[in-house]
Amino acid sequence: MTAKANVIGVPRFTEITDLTIPTLSILDAEGKLRKDAYEPLINKATAMKIYQDMAYIRILDERMVAAQRQGRLSFYLTCTGEEASVVGSIAGFKNHDMVMSQYREQAALRYRGFSSEQFMNQLLSNDLDFGKGRQMPIHYGSCELNYMTISSTLATQIPQAAGYAYGQKLSGKDACTICYFGEGAASEGDFHAGLNMAAVSNCPVVFVVRNNGYAISTPTSEQFSGDGIAPRGIGYGISSIRVDGNDILAVYAASVEARKLALEKNAPVIVETMSYRLGAHSTSDDPTNYRSSAEEDVWRKKDPILRMKNWMLDKGWWSDQQDHQLKAQYKKEILDALKSQEKRPSPSISELITDVYKTPPAHLQKQYKDLLSHIDKYPDHYLPNPNKVDHQTALTQFN
Amino acid sequence: MPQINLLQAVNSALDTAMASDPRVICLGEDIGEFGGVFRATSKLQEKYGKQRCFNTPITEQGIVGFSIGLAAQGSVAVAEIQFADYIFPAFDQIVNEAAKFRYRSGDQFSCGGLTIRTPYGGGIAGGLYHSQSPEAYFCHTPGLKVVIPSTAYQAKGLLLASIRDPDPVIFFEPKAIYRAEVGEVPDQDYEIPLGIAEVVTRGTDITLLGWGAQMHQLHRAAKMALEDGIQCEVIDLRTLLPWDLETIVASVNKTGRLIVSHEAPRTGGFAGEIAAAIQEECFLSLESPIIRVTGMDTPFPLVFEKEYLPDYLKVYEAIKQSVNF
Repeated sequence: MTAKANVIGVPRFTEITDLTIPTLSILDAEGKLRKDAYEPLINKATAMKIYQDMAYIRILDERMVAAQRQGRLSFYLTCTGEEASVVGSIAGFKNHDMVMSQYREQAALRYRGFSSEQFMNQLLSNDLDFGKGRQMPIHYGSCELNYMTISSTLATQIPQAAGYAYGQKLSGKDACTICYFGEGAASEGDFHAGLNMAAVSNCPVVFVVRNNGYAISTPTSEQFSGDGIAPRGIGYGISSIRVDGNDILAVYAASVEARKLALEKNAPVIVETMSYRLGAHSTSDDPTNYRSSAEEDVWRKKDPILRMKNWMLDKGWWSDQQDHQLKAQYKKEILDALKSQEKRPSPSISELITDVYKTPPAHLQKQYKDLLSHIDKYPDHYLPNPNKVDHQTALTQFN
Repeated sequence: MPQINLLQAVNSALDTAMASDPRVICLGEDIGEFGGVFRATSKLQEKYGKQRCFNTPITEQGIVGFSIGLAAQGSVAVAEIQFADYIFPAFDQIVNEAAKFRYRSGDQFSCGGLTIRTPYGGGIAGGLYHSQSPEAYFCHTPGLKVVIPSTAYQAKGLLLASIRDPDPVIFFEPKAIYRAEVGEVPDQDYEIPLGIAEVVTRGTDITLLGWGAQMHQLHRAAKMALEDGIQCEVIDLRTLLPWDLETIVASVNKTGRLIVSHEAPRTGGFAGEIAAAIQEECFLSLESPIIRVTGMDTPFPLVFEKEYLPDYLKVYEAIKQSVNF
């Protein structure tokens, strides 16, 4: 119950227009500081890292879509257009904060230090993939980097992030959780469950909602009829802010403040980043079926990387020559990693049954032995390249 | 040794778990000061504080999702779902998240500290939505463990083992016998290992297999059969996933006959899985077809609850049918 009821004597309905959520915007489309805007404290090293990681992900995404088209990967999904929403937000957090993401936030993983080889290992399902070749490409995870392994199920990480943050709070550490998802995922029940749980249980978690205009083919106009996602946070009693998601300084400033708020108040915070998914949903999608190139062009002109670059040039922190060199270097690094990591073998067949449980139970070990006996009868049909699996080790592992 | 009922044994297990490990956290609807609608969490908030034992909003998917995150962070989460009938909003979190958490991350992350407790089963005039036995849905999910106690002693020992197990466990509590089932339960800490069935009564003529509240129907039927000179071997499965095939196979190889009984509907019920596995293992030892004595393939009824339930008389008739085959 609120402390003081605002009583009225005649019926008057509250409309969405009674609550207007402002949008934080610091850089204009050309990368100039907007009048009246406050430039957040950001040092050159942080700015350089943010810019370089955004540039890296743009190149990684371009190269990996090409690799998928060449048949070298089964699937890929880009972050194109939303790099500032992701890198600007993760940059406001500490490396010991947990990241629980959806699947379009590879830029946050890069910011934490994921290497080109590590990206390739996962995308190629080779023996060095932390996930042991079990999940489709782009389902990254890294315990070392405090980046929770991604699952395809939408919004499930939202109540989990609340619980994770509650545990962090009890542990007494200066740590919180940053949880990413899109505006489409916010239609799932887990969104509402998670927000309410986080608010009621006072969990230091920051929810970053990437409002990128589309959920596969469904535009926001068919996803919700309210004013985006931020007002929903208010409904749950959560401090909420909306920012221009293509404005790196706005995203960064809001994220730094959001983390501070979450830890000071032991409470969840919502940051809604307004942006646009410039690429397809995934390599299995073709956006020309549901949106116009004219619409895309409007957003191409708001490119967050270009906007940050202009700001960096103005500051004297960056030059076109450096830019050119950096991009050439990243292209080479990524292609070299692709070439080297695609030569690696698959994980061992024994990984089929490990990690279902801490220890494989008897029934699973029996199923596994039966499978190996069967494979031995048809060695050419299964595991066709004998160099790709260590079959003998696999046979003896659970004996 | 004190005599307590099954519900008090659950409470004692939770108390013991919370006292022995500060990472243990209990959460669920109405479980705080009120102590839960059945009082399973009675006095826990008073003893361990609001941070470690607290009420949640009414959101089963939220409770389970939150608990998964809590467990992944390093806490030991014991979530209560007020009735097993209401576990389905959390089905995605249980089946797609908890069960696959370790596997999908290549053992980088796990939510093994998660235990979901939930009262299940009929016999309390609960109708469609306070009576179901949904164990089979979860037994179909690799990565989960499914445990069901039938006595007060088991309830404490199995719950402590479940809470401390390195994998997520769903712990179904037979609410119909929460108070009726009384037995000697040690005050101290003890665990009953998961995955091992208990041969409760030795016999030579036929094997009766069940779990939870259904064990009482089996014991009663076995007593009736004994008056007819039929010696039943009564086995309590205790853990349904992973289940103790070895013990059941040994018993059926000896008796040559098997009846599996559960309250849940027959089609797709866990008795079907057991029957299939036992005929694979014991084909030449079987003297008669394996019989399932189960609930009917209807929603759980209200006024015809007694007729619906696989009671001792139905089990007794099945024993005679099997022996006289």
